[in-house]
Amino acid sequence: MSYKFHQFQVVGRGLPTETDEHPKIYRMKLWATNEVRAKSKFWYFLRKLKKVKKSNGQMLAINEIFEKNPTTIKNYGIWLRYQSRTGYHNMYKEYRDTTLNGGIEQMYTEMASRHRVRHHCIQVIKTATIPAKLCKRESTKQFHNSKIKFPLVFKKVRPPTRKLKTTYKASRPNLFV
Amino acid sequence: MPFKRYVEIGRIALVNYGKDYGKLVVIVDVIDQNRALVDAPDMVRGQMNFKRLTLTDIKIDIKRVPNKKTLIAALEAADVKNKWESSSWGRKLIVQKKRASLNDFDRFKIMLAKIKKAGVVRQELAKLKKETTA
Repeated sequence: MSYKFHQFQVVGRGLPTETDEHPKIYRMKLWATNEVRAKSKFWYFLRKLKKVKKSNGQMLAINEIFEKNPTTIKNYGIWLRYQSRTGYHNMYKEYRDTTLNGGIEQMYTEMASRHRVRHHCIQVIKTATIPAKLCKRESTKQFHNSKIKFPLVFKKVRPPTRKLKTTYKASRPNLFV
Repeated sequence: MPFKRYVEIGRIALVNYGKDYGKLVVIVDVIDQNRALVDAPDMVRGQMNFKRLTLTDIKIDIKRVPNKKTLIAALEAADVKNKWESSSWGRKLIVQKKRASLNDFDRFKIMLAKIKKAGVVRQELAKLKKETTA
């Protein structure tokens, strides 16, 4: 499963000067499509919080963070701040997924589809793995059922490889399960 | 017409698209409306879209997300492999696979066998025809 958004840990600080020999080191976890963008985002956020820019700062480390248990399902809560056409808003969204990167990708695509917010207008404030009891959204809570059972109502008839795809078929497909 | 095959924990499904095409997998948990956590003895547990799965009639008795050993033991206990291979769907797939892997000599042998079978059928038909006209 390849994800578009990767999670990076970026560590940086302002350059040491005569007045400040050991400036404070700051670390951020953020999502970007690649390392270059991650570093750029880091400076963007740091500029807003501290009086430091990329020109008078240095990057100390950038590492990609991978999912520890990609084979277990978790409920992710994502707090985000986004820019709509009329102003900035905060939002809390929940997603069920196996990896945090998957949940974040779901978030970006859902924000784009439901609110027409492009990914550069979204800032992820916080993410957390939520235990099932504390989930707030009905759409995630409905899957918290150890005896979950539902039929697949509509069977999409698909050739097993794209090579066998044809425009015309001899007979109408049977869509019942 | 009510539904007979449900997505539930322990349902055996056949993968009908993608890298694991043709494999029998167990639905081990449901992620959300479109995806299931799926496991098989010879693959790492992973997620799969329901669009890639065709549900079968076979269901095994497991708890939510069992570990690999428990899963393999449950599969053995329910005798999934034999149930599948003796079901008409499973047998059809085996025959398809065999036909696809024939070499020229096998196809020649099949041709002879078909001719022989057709000859026997035609003899019987001729006998029956004679009896009805006589």
